[in-house]
Amino acid sequence: MTASHAAAYEPVFTGSVLAKLEALYPRYPDKRSLLLPTLWLVQEARGWIPEDAVREVAEKLDLTAAYVRGVVTFYTMYHTHPVGRHFIQVCTTSPCGMCGSEEVARALVEHTGCGDLGATSPDGRFTVIEVECLGACGFVTPILIDEDFIESVTPETVPAILARYS
Amino acid sequence: MGYPHPIHPRETPVLSTHFGETAARTYAGWVERGGYIALRRALTMLPDDIVNEVKASGLRGRGGAGFATGMKWSFMPKDDGKPHYLCCNADESEPGTFKDREIMRWTPHALIEGCAIAQLAMRAETCYIYIRGEFTEPYRIMEMAVAEAYAAGVLGPNAMGSGKRIDVVLHRGAGAYICGEETALMNSIEGRRGNPRIKPPFPAVAGLFGKPTTINNVETLAAVPAIINRGAEWYSTLCLGNPKSTGTKLISVCGHVQRPGVYEITLGFPMKDLIYDLCGGMRPGRTLKAVIPGGSSVPIMTPEEVEDCVTDYEGIVAKGSMLGSGGMIVMDDSTDLVYQIMRLARFYAHESCAQCTNCREGTAWTTRILERILAREAKPSDLDLLLELSDQMTGRTICVLSDSCAAPVVSGIKKFRADFDAYLGAAPAVAMAGV
Repeated sequence: MTASHAAAYEPVFTGSVLAKLEALYPRYPDKRSLLLPTLWLVQEARGWIPEDAVREVAEKLDLTAAYVRGVVTFYTMYHTHPVGRHFIQVCTTSPCGMCGSEEVARALVEHTGCGDLGATSPDGRFTVIEVECLGACGFVTPILIDEDFIESVTPETVPAILARYS
Repeated sequence: MGYPHPIHPRETPVLSTHFGETAARTYAGWVERGGYIALRRALTMLPDDIVNEVKASGLRGRGGAGFATGMKWSFMPKDDGKPHYLCCNADESEPGTFKDREIMRWTPHALIEGCAIAQLAMRAETCYIYIRGEFTEPYRIMEMAVAEAYAAGVLGPNAMGSGKRIDVVLHRGAGAYICGEETALMNSIEGRRGNPRIKPPFPAVAGLFGKPTTINNVETLAAVPAIINRGAEWYSTLCLGNPKSTGTKLISVCGHVQRPGVYEITLGFPMKDLIYDLCGGMRPGRTLKAVIPGGSSVPIMTPEEVEDCVTDYEGIVAKGSMLGSGGMIVMDDSTDLVYQIMRLARFYAHESCAQCTNCREGTAWTTRILERILAREAKPSDLDLLLELSDQMTGRTICVLSDSCAAPVVSGIKKFRADFDAYLGAAPAVAMAGV
């Protein structure tokens, strides 16, 4: 987003990441349809979707940067700013909320040192956010740490779970 | 099986027979369990015969709308020379619903086989399975299963040596409830914002990439192999009295029951027995207060309505609600219903795609008024305002997200008025008892 960033920008789509993108082409009849999987590749490589990557993706898929930005901001799982090394999503929608997930959310905020939902811990290790329905309502509380889906979390099990993520 | 619990004798396992068996996830394990026999059979059938078999079975959409599956398939054009598409809706995001997740986690090949048979029936060479972004584990399991199916020659340019092409592509969502709406789902596959489209044109005429398309739910497609294997007649007799609701249904039960989980029942099963027998009833010392039977978008039911309710499409409608996705949220007497309805409204406000005014403004204002009630800052006339607002949100937008927000609000105010009044009157705390 800043000039200094642009100057240091290294393209995402080189080497193995480029190969992954190219492997996707035969799956869709047009380039625009590659946008969601392409943005996932960016986030996998960079941890978020920087503005320079938006421009790179736009160029790769023959779209405008504004169009790509519009799509990025529609979907809540794409990060438009840097987040902690480990990104924690905790469900507090009604079925989970009425079975105690708000206490789990509080325990996560406390034990990660994030201070508040949506914030990143000062050591950069964790970001905790509250999300709407994770689709595991019978296994309260479900949380998602990076790509790990963890069920039946309680405030008591939070410290041991966090210890697995350095 | 009432996953994760052992199978209950009153369940009818068809889809869930192999839930919990890790070996059933592999191609070899699936073949050992009778997998891909139905697809081999379907490859020898005429497309219309497959459609007719599914029609005769009485199978209806398991995602929420309950439309007749065979009928939906028959809307696809024939001999139009265009590519056709099948989309499998695995964007399971409706609060209370967690059944498709178990199908993908335990029997991924059942879903692939169901897709392949549906593709043959609708002459669709390509199927996109749209899996919500948060379902990381189901995605990985599906990815392995699809790779195995290609390696075994079940999928690909010469499916099972038939000379026919069957491709299955996984597409990962990125966090948007609305993409479970079928036209938003197609937009999302096309690399667009997940805004629902105006219908008509209907997907069977102009859907994905502008081509004839059918969108089916995971559970619907996963039921197809059993129908081809055992016949439409067998499936249609899985029925407890109402011939319009046939087959089995996965019901995901959550909330205040002793054994939350995914249960497979024959349609027509008594709702009371599902809650009290299969799920073990309420926690000790608690009584039933309310049930949302079909995912958060359907009206709330009272214990009296649950009492003699039959769990099928028509049976729940007769009690003023809907079977929906089969995501059942059970609430006991400790529940602050006003707070839970506010949380659901907040969910819809968060998930509104914001293209229709009545939805964008309506869901946000519904949430704010409910928050005002909870803060004891509301006037009694605010309940009328909520009802009037809900009326403005029903049947006036491109998709039904807005209607879904209104359903628990309207049914909540009408059936549980005392809970709201407790927040409006001078005497506090009654509604908060036990929370």
